[in-house]
Amino acid sequence: MTASTDGAASASRLHFDKLGVPIAVIAGIGAVMPFSVLRANRIVPGEALLLGNALPLWEAAALALLLAAATAVALFRTPAPWRLGASLVTLLGLLVAIGHTGGYLTPEGDTLARVSPGGGFWLLLSAFALLAADALTRLRPRPLLRIVILAGVAAAIALLLLSGVWSELSILKEYANRADAFWREGRTHIILAFGSLAAAALAGIPLGIVCHRVPRLRAGVLNTLNIVQTIPSIALFGLLIAPLAWVAANVPLAAALGVSGIGMAPALVALFAYSLLPVVANTVVGLEGVPPAADDAARGMGMTDWQRLIQVELPLAFPVILTGIRIVLVQNIGLATIAALIGGGGFGVFVFQGIGQTAMDLVLLGAVPTVVLAFAAAVVLDAIVEMLSTREPRRA
Amino acid sequence: MLEIDALRKSYLGLTVVDDVGLTVAEGEIAVVVGTSGSGKTTLLRMINRLIEPDSGRVLIEGQDTRELPAHELRRRIGYVIQGHGLFPHRSVGQNIATVPQLVGWDRARVAKRVDELLELFQLDPAEFRDRLPNELSGGQQQRVGVARALAAEPRLLLMDEPFGALDPIIRAKAQDDLLAIQRRFGTTIVLVTHDMEEAIHLGNRIAVMDKGQLLQYAPPAEIICSPATPFVGDLLGTGERAFRLLSLRRVAEVVEPGEAEGPSIPSTLTLREALDEALWSGRQALPVTDADGKPMGRLTLAALARLGARPQ
Repeated sequence: MTASTDGAASASRLHFDKLGVPIAVIAGIGAVMPFSVLRANRIVPGEALLLGNALPLWEAAALALLLAAATAVALFRTPAPWRLGASLVTLLGLLVAIGHTGGYLTPEGDTLARVSPGGGFWLLLSAFALLAADALTRLRPRPLLRIVILAGVAAAIALLLLSGVWSELSILKEYANRADAFWREGRTHIILAFGSLAAAALAGIPLGIVCHRVPRLRAGVLNTLNIVQTIPSIALFGLLIAPLAWVAANVPLAAALGVSGIGMAPALVALFAYSLLPVVANTVVGLEGVPPAADDAARGMGMTDWQRLIQVELPLAFPVILTGIRIVLVQNIGLATIAALIGGGGFGVFVFQGIGQTAMDLVLLGAVPTVVLAFAAAVVLDAIVEMLSTREPRRA
Repeated sequence: MLEIDALRKSYLGLTVVDDVGLTVAEGEIAVVVGTSGSGKTTLLRMINRLIEPDSGRVLIEGQDTRELPAHELRRRIGYVIQGHGLFPHRSVGQNIATVPQLVGWDRARVAKRVDELLELFQLDPAEFRDRLPNELSGGQQQRVGVARALAAEPRLLLMDEPFGALDPIIRAKAQDDLLAIQRRFGTTIVLVTHDMEEAIHLGNRIAVMDKGQLLQYAPPAEIICSPATPFVGDLLGTGERAFRLLSLRRVAEVVEPGEAEGPSIPSTLTLREALDEALWSGRQALPVTDADGKPMGRLTLAALARLGARPQ
């Protein structure tokens, strides 16, 4: 990048893009690392294969060309739409190619052999996902468009899944063996994450309002929740076993309602406890951010405390409260995997089974949907927060 | 109309308002002036019970303000604060509609009132009704703030430094607009300011406060001519006493028969403005015309000098 003062001359020359350089480096490393891993069965170490050996020659060559072209687009300063297009085409190419390695590498009639993506594939995938994310950021799509793009990506992935391109990959073979369990645990995962979030919002927003109105409570409540937040998640899940088992044994109806020392109840309670701090803290911060003049005017014009809360304070604090809910949702989707340790179910079941069996593809069967779910939740809630805060004037 | 009787308020042993009593007649503007910490804002906020007094009472049209729940009392009293306090998430129209909606006007009546007020404040309803407050200039926001306070046709309007955030030119315009609207509706106004100039310009009576005490409550001319305490004199300053006295009267009140040279002045000017014109143009006398441009007589520099002197 030359510090040329001659604009016309510099525009005609090629310049390196700041983020393009690391993307190209990551892609370069990814290209020389194993693209696929072939194993005799699902738990033994496998044979790492470079791109050239993992695919038929013409397909490997086509993918290599595509990668080189897209890397060039990333490396130099190019218009953002080009970068987005290049990254999306490359990602699609990578995803289709990795599926094809399954069919190409699995020996005919061998039902035990497994093909998994290698380190090189993951690096290439992250490099071009980074390029796509960066290009999207530069294009600054409106919030609604971001949700549409997310839906488009989800639809594309669903199509790839349904088309069977990936069915020879190990992770989908793990899925095929556990399709029922997968959807059941998925449902549990969502109930854990969203149920604890709903409970935290129902309890946390009123608690935040009370903390705002009664300043003496604020420090005590927030400090207590802070301490809860610092308890390691596995410890908190474990700590809840004893008290909830006692409740189940001694409180009539509790057991009938599904409360027990292990299972979903302690998981929900623990996730709820973790969720409270962000919700309460953001509610308090949001209410404190209400312009004092607006608050004074509301009182001076004769709003009751309740009217002031509903008509002035909460609407103005809402974007900040929603930001807290976004934090909680993404955090809970991740944390809910731990619930499997105490029999709470969720995608964590596959993660811990996989660790137990040293079957990494089973771990991925639990981890990948968790990440996808968290990412999608973040995108959707970010878009909603932005829609609400741009409709509302920015406060100086 | 408004009767304040022996109001007292203290915080942590510090008396902020000390035994203050005053009355404001129907349709008058009372301006409370003082330095910061003088207790003037506390006094104002005790009128609509945003602050509850320790002792004393406030009567509005003979009724003790404590006879009503505080929020119902406030809905009957207009309230304007510094920096307008508009609700940033509500449109201009929704802001103005606040109190009418609180007291349960029907939709059509509210909409009609909103447009009426916007027009009164020279804001085109079609253009401004649905805008958000942050899309308006400071002067426009201030006008919406006053319009909002007047929406439910209050008999009494409380204003706390309403023009404090405006630049001098817009402020002068806002003050004149307020006077025009006050004359039109006959609203009784209590206005708090730290600016003696503003107090003299707007007030039928001026209440000077210092350290929680009411030092003097009198018409502007009396405040200027015979300040009750040295503090009142300090607040007025010594540089502009004569000019301030002149600013209280208009040419029409003192015009005398006779002729004079040069361009004429309208009879609506204040004596202060007439003096400026006489000095600036180097004339001993100015011809005066009425609103239709007909000659009314003249105003001499000598008369201005006599009128600007402290009355004996």
